[in-house]
Amino acid sequence: MNRRLMLLAPFGVVALAGAGFFAMLERETEGKFDPRGVPSMLIGKRVPAFALPGDPGFADSDLSGKPILVNFFASWCVPCIEEAAVLLSLQQAGVPIYGIAYKDKPAATAGFLAQHGNPYARVGRDDPGLVAIDWGVTGVPENYLIDKDGVVRWRWVGPLTQAAVRGELQPLLRRFA
Amino acid sequence: MIHRRLLPAVAAGWLLAAGAAWAISDPSEALPDAAQEARAVAIGQELRCLVCQNESIEDSGADLARDLRHLVRQQVAAGASDQQVVAWLVARYGNFVRLNPPFEWSTVLLWGSPLLAVVIGGGIALFARQRRPAAPKPLDAAEQARLQALLEP
Repeated sequence: MNRRLMLLAPFGVVALAGAGFFAMLERETEGKFDPRGVPSMLIGKRVPAFALPGDPGFADSDLSGKPILVNFFASWCVPCIEEAAVLLSLQQAGVPIYGIAYKDKPAATAGFLAQHGNPYARVGRDDPGLVAIDWGVTGVPENYLIDKDGVVRWRWVGPLTQAAVRGELQPLLRRFA
Repeated sequence: MIHRRLLPAVAAGWLLAAGAAWAISDPSEALPDAAQEARAVAIGQELRCLVCQNESIEDSGADLARDLRHLVRQQVAAGASDQQVVAWLVARYGNFVRLNPPFEWSTVLLWGSPLLAVVIGGGIALFARQRRPAAPKPLDAAEQARLQALLEP
């Protein structure tokens, strides 16, 4: 009896691993788990000091008084096109969105906003990409929720999805309103 | 037109210049001071490129890696110590940016896994030894006689 159980043990291990992998893939497709994800060092901290040019551009001191979504984007970024619709619907829902154009030419940014819609209350230009490095940005698009005291509360790597807005951003907006 | 006898010398000069550039693709990125450049390369080889994730910023061709190489060199030239440069990047990207992660609570399993493997393997070996059946007792006189009877034709 004991020996038979021992023979079954490898199957048990394989079944357990299979269940684990299945759960991981499920969570990955739902966007709840990212194997390449790196936690942001900014969560719970004040935004780093910066002042970005633009029309009119913005600085860290402008990120206060109300929760603001900061979106790093670029005209050369393909996932940003997919994200544009989600950002526009957020803007219509009254969420202030500040954009940071990462390593982009002003004319190209303007063309992108004309073509795919402009959800931004303000757009700052980060041509050298140094502000992005201070924020720990690894690529575009990336989204950060800043609360009314200028503290970073949330980061979303990659294009924002409606599911992420419903599941994560909206509860946080209510909490930090 | 370069004189034919000068050609090997010119070629050697080019190869030496290429060697000085080490891993980075563009020699114009390198610091003029060779000692500082060597330090910047050593620091950069311990830092992960956040785009490709399995290459150091010295080896990666990604845009972000180039920016980080530049920032590392800027800080080295400004007189920052190796630890200060690494700490500056860890403050932005976390310990994930280090290809050689420090020993702390979240990395105990990582650094302890060789020891864990030895302990588990040793435990299994010990368990297997204890379970081995004892050597059989020698045959008594009656069994010897029966064996003889069976073996005889």
